[in-house]
Amino acid sequence: MSALLDVDKVTVRFGGLKAVSEVSIQIHEGELVGLIGPNGAGKTTVFNLITGVYRPTEGSISFAGRSVVGHRAYKVTARGIARTFQNIRLFDSLSVFDNVRCACNMHLSHGIAHALLRGPGFVREEEGIDKTVMELLGIFGLAEHRETACRHLSYGDQRRLEIVRALATRPKLLLLDEPAAGMNPTEKVELMNLIRFTQEKFRCAVLLVEHDMKVVMGICQRIHVLDHGKKIAEGTPEEIRANPAVIAAYLGKEADHA
Amino acid sequence: MRIDRGQIILLAALVVFGIASTFGGSMNPYYYDILIGIGINVILAVSLNLVNGYTGQFSLGHAGFMAVGAYSSAWITIAFGYVLGTSFFATRTSFVLSLVLGGLAAALAGLAVGIPSLRLRGDYLAIVTLGFNEIIKGVIQNAEPLGAQRGLGGIPLYSNIFWTFAVAAITIYVIVSLVNSTYGRGFLAVRDDEIAAEAMGINTTKYKVLAFTLGAFFAGIAGGLYAHFKQFIHPEGFGFLRSVDIVVMVILGGMGSTVGVCVAAVLLTILPELLRYVSDIPGLPAWMGQIADNRMILYSLLLIILMITRPQGLFGTARLGRKK
Repeated sequence: MSALLDVDKVTVRFGGLKAVSEVSIQIHEGELVGLIGPNGAGKTTVFNLITGVYRPTEGSISFAGRSVVGHRAYKVTARGIARTFQNIRLFDSLSVFDNVRCACNMHLSHGIAHALLRGPGFVREEEGIDKTVMELLGIFGLAEHRETACRHLSYGDQRRLEIVRALATRPKLLLLDEPAAGMNPTEKVELMNLIRFTQEKFRCAVLLVEHDMKVVMGICQRIHVLDHGKKIAEGTPEEIRANPAVIAAYLGKEADHA
Repeated sequence: MRIDRGQIILLAALVVFGIASTFGGSMNPYYYDILIGIGINVILAVSLNLVNGYTGQFSLGHAGFMAVGAYSSAWITIAFGYVLGTSFFATRTSFVLSLVLGGLAAALAGLAVGIPSLRLRGDYLAIVTLGFNEIIKGVIQNAEPLGAQRGLGGIPLYSNIFWTFAVAAITIYVIVSLVNSTYGRGFLAVRDDEIAAEAMGINTTKYKVLAFTLGAFFAGIAGGLYAHFKQFIHPEGFGFLRSVDIVVMVILGGMGSTVGVCVAAVLLTILPELLRYVSDIPGLPAWMGQIADNRMILYSLLLIILMITRPQGLFGTARLGRKK
């Protein structure tokens, strides 16, 4: 089976700096993959490469068999890759409902003329969106906050809303950028359940960039480890835990201290 | 077929304005003038609000688009006047046609300015649009067929209460129903967070250009109405100060609040007229009268006070002052 996402020997240089060098990552349909590494290892850069924010200097990235290199971010999303942000980026002045509604925009069959004439087709589509959004909000326990301005939500709810919003674009692959950042242990456990639930319920693959070892080890089926822009290991959580290169990267080599 | 609530209100408004228009002739000409001014300012402010308020792009050249619309439509009715004659039907047809074409010309100008300059943000975009405004003014000042520095006269009087307020009602309808649709929520998404909007599959460039073009279209129609009311247009009437007038209406009303912007447009049209009487009040120090006579000083003061005490505008619930 060919991979859903195929990042093949991707290198990106910013001036003289090689931020990411020859990194390859494959994600299959419905898989939950983790991407870890110490600070500055290039995790977020890989993220930005996949979502079209940066363009790779070398290598190729293809999704569902077609290249996504050079696409603008909204086109990458249209292809089926949705993301959340490390520092939450919700539409602050909009309600919870409208935040999710914005993400339905891409699948609209109506345009500006329909919005003005308000014919039966338009009304039906708007009602359909209303229903879809409420269903999503219901699944994630946010339905009661429908009209709340999203900046008034609790931190955990904002994180959840970001995932809901990303799911409203109907992705095949969901990229989560450090979703556990700033969460306490209880919230982290809830988050792990939420991610697993999302993956099963919506049958989408998930790429999780995360600092927190417990979260990554707890839910990921496969893990890639980056250090200094290079991939140093790949495998199941057990293999990663036992991998000397990973231990060295996180804790330092013994020789360094000698 | 099911009729939308907004459409019923729009139809009702058109009928009311149609009836009101028949009384226009018996009105005090001074009040009549102010009334039409209110209608035109409402169109300008509400359409600029789509760009500055809902989409969050700071445009400072709305009067430039108004000028494009005013001159194009004036030219068209003058030219058609010779061809079509002066029957009621012919004149109204050429008037409506000239308004629409004037609006389209302005929209085209909006597109031409929008596509290259919308990579810019905030202050830079404001400067580019301001520059565009001055270029349009400069072109007209030097274009002999447009009357150059003498202004363009001989425009037939076609605008009345009906046409002005009908267009105002349509502008409000279009922008409100657009912004409230799922499609139109994209404008607000672009304003709140461009990167997130883009990540949610929203083509931010398309939305920005659309807002710009649509805003320019209505500004052009407002220009056409203005030209066919004043019957004489002059490049100085479409300068930087006119653009600032409109921006002030949007900021005062609250960026992204159509009701607020309408109220502000009405207030700021009446205010300078009321200020005319201030210097007549007996016993008032002369300097106060002078300040009152110069509305730009008063505008600035008003804006400063407003920005300190109520940064979100009179009615605004969004944008400015968020992210506490």
